[in-house]
Amino acid sequence: MAYYDSFFDKIGLRDWCDAGKTADGPVSMADLLAKAGVKKEESGINIPFPSLDELHKACGSIGQSRDVTKGVEDGFLAIKGALRFVLDPITQPLSWLLEFALSTIEATPWWIMFPVLGLVVYLASKSWKLIAFVLGCLAFLAFIDHYDHAMQTLAVIYVCAFLCVLLGVPIGIAMSRSDRMQRIVIPILDMLQTLPPFVYLIPLIFLFSITEPKLYGIAIILYAIVPVIRLTDLGIRLVDEDVIEAAHSFGMTDRQKLFGVQIPLALPNIMAGINQTIMMSLAMVVIASLVSAPGLGVLVLRGIRNLELGVGLVSGFGIVLLAIILDRVTKAALNRVNAAQKT
Amino acid sequence: MSDLMNGDIKVSIRNLYKIFGLDPASALQHVYDGTSKADLLSEHGHVLGLRDINVDMRAGDITVVMGLSGSGKSTLIRHLNRLIEPTAGQIDVDGEDVLAYDEDKLRELRRQVMSMVFQKFALLPHRSVLENAGTTLKVRGVSKREYHKEADKWIKRVGLDGYGDHYPHQLSGGMQQRVGIARALTSNSPIMLMDEAFSALDPLIRTDMQDLLLELQQELHKTIVFISHDLDEALKLADHLVILKDGYVVQQGEPQHILLHPADPYIEDFVSDINRARVLRVRSIMTPLNGPIPDNAHGEVDYDDTLESMIARSGGDTSHSYVVMQDNQPVGILDMTSLVRALVPRAAPEEGVRKY
Ligand SMILES: Nc1ncnc2c1ncn2[C@@H]1O[C@H](COP(=O)(O)OP(=O)(O)OP(=O)(O)O)[C@@H](O)[C@H]1O
Ligand SMILES: [Mg+2]
Repeated sequence: MAYYDSFFDKIGLRDWCDAGKTADGPVSMADLLAKAGVKKEESGINIPFPSLDELHKACGSIGQSRDVTKGVEDGFLAIKGALRFVLDPITQPLSWLLEFALSTIEATPWWIMFPVLGLVVYLASKSWKLIAFVLGCLAFLAFIDHYDHAMQTLAVIYVCAFLCVLLGVPIGIAMSRSDRMQRIVIPILDMLQTLPPFVYLIPLIFLFSITEPKLYGIAIILYAIVPVIRLTDLGIRLVDEDVIEAAHSFGMTDRQKLFGVQIPLALPNIMAGINQTIMMSLAMVVIASLVSAPGLGVLVLRGIRNLELGVGLVSGFGIVLLAIILDRVTKAALNRVNAAQKT
Repeated sequence: MSDLMNGDIKVSIRNLYKIFGLDPASALQHVYDGTSKADLLSEHGHVLGLRDINVDMRAGDITVVMGLSGSGKSTLIRHLNRLIEPTAGQIDVDGEDVLAYDEDKLRELRRQVMSMVFQKFALLPHRSVLENAGTTLKVRGVSKREYHKEADKWIKRVGLDGYGDHYPHQLSGGMQQRVGIARALTSNSPIMLMDEAFSALDPLIRTDMQDLLLELQQELHKTIVFISHDLDEALKLADHLVILKDGYVVQQGEPQHILLHPADPYIEDFVSDINRARVLRVRSIMTPLNGPIPDNAHGEVDYDDTLESMIARSGGDTSHSYVVMQDNQPVGILDMTSLVRALVPRAAPEEGVRKY
């Protein structure tokens, strides 16, 4: 006898309930246990919460909770075709970019890569000390034979962070110009930021095949784009009202105002956003190794799967080194911007 | 551009009203019906910014708009280049109704005809002094070489020779405002709007800047609208003084005239604290000459001398009188007794307590 039987009897829905009863519906674990004569211990007052499963026992017309998950799955599968049809071509360039970056880095020998990276660091920071530090770290990684994996991680971050900036800055600008746009976008950003990174992967796995680089590319971009959007919006909104008024009073057009005043004055905030975006890409590229993202994350994963403690820890340390390098270089660039526009 | 003579009316404001709030149009009706600023706020939830402003500004004059904080000075000056749109009224510049301008013409007005100097300088922190000063020309699409040349000229003119490569944060407040003035001058616009341009500076620098402005004006004859909440500054600079209170004009006219003939107790109170001997000039209190020069005069004085210099000259003797000369022509008689009388405000405030 189910607990809620009498309730459905009383409100006169018994007929409707029984009509929905399927004789040989799927059998649940609880039913099996009951059949086997295992009885749950009944304490004094035991009122089960009227959950779907509990109600289903009393009334066959009410679905079980596994019908809900099944419904969601069916719904997703139903729109999957259409979604794929739209998203696949749009995101295809991402696959190409990632493949291109990975193969380029693979084809470039270390004795070209080191000077190139040194040059990039110099352009960003103008600091010889930092160049020495970065090249030292890379040399160490190469010395312990983690160079290839580290470079793959860097290549993925480079592509994804670049796309984050390319998409995020214009979105941030649009948000700063319209309160409505801001009201719409902020909840989406909140959601992207609070969803655990694993959850992103689930729909993506169904949408794209696991061999496609864009699968992890999209996951990384969705996860890492939030700070650059937020800080671009914030930075532009925080630009000194007086300077904006001055810009109007000199008859600047919207374009002149945007590129001559707002973006330059918001640059410290935008750069801080880019710094965070890069750090979050790094975090996600490690997690995305679950869905075949190459790089140091793969080694970490191997360490976890096969209980190879040493492999996991050393590659974990490699990730820390990469994080420090990326952080130092972007912070150095940020500080140079800050110094140029102290007020 | 205009070929107005000095003294012609350059900017004319007619029946200008500004109401801040959700529904200014219906609040305006209440204001027409005589609701006061305080009542409009408490009963209808709208802020009365400006009420029935009528001011004519002459070409080549410095018009100073003065009033206490919140009296609507900034609101008024921002109407001239339409940084704020009026609720009702008319604004003519060179005889053209600027409220009828579309976006393009308004931009042209802001680029060519009016330039503005701000209380907090509002310089671009990421640009050098030279670039900042050139901004007004740069926005018009003038080539870099040309606007650098023009900006350089005005940077030198405001006394910042050699600072062109510096950044604003490397300069003191006074120097930053010189850049602000250079920036406005670089545009070569006939009208300059200055919203409390010197209020953020300390007193000595401020005096320097006032002198600089007067010196530039001697040579350039711009039409300047200057906002101030400092009466000494207003009296020093103004050719025409407009006194605002709660968004309406209490009195306007020649500063000396306002000082000697305050229209209401608010202004009497306002002007009672200043050093009248230093501000008032001989021309304002002399008796015009009709008939021959009296022969008991103790000497000749200039039309534009201050009363302070007259007291020093007479050694404080009130029985003296002097012949007033303008361009070497006798135009009036100055009686030291009337000078002493003019030094006392018409109604002194009670025991230093402000009535407003
Ligand atoms: N955007 C606005 N919304 C609502 N009220 C406003 C707005 N701008 C100005 N006001 C009101 O209009 C009145 C005049 O303000 P305004 O800034 O012109 O004064 P001010 O004379 O320049 O004062 P201050 O010397 O402090 O600069 C004030 O009562 C102010 O509260
Ligand atoms: Mg103001």
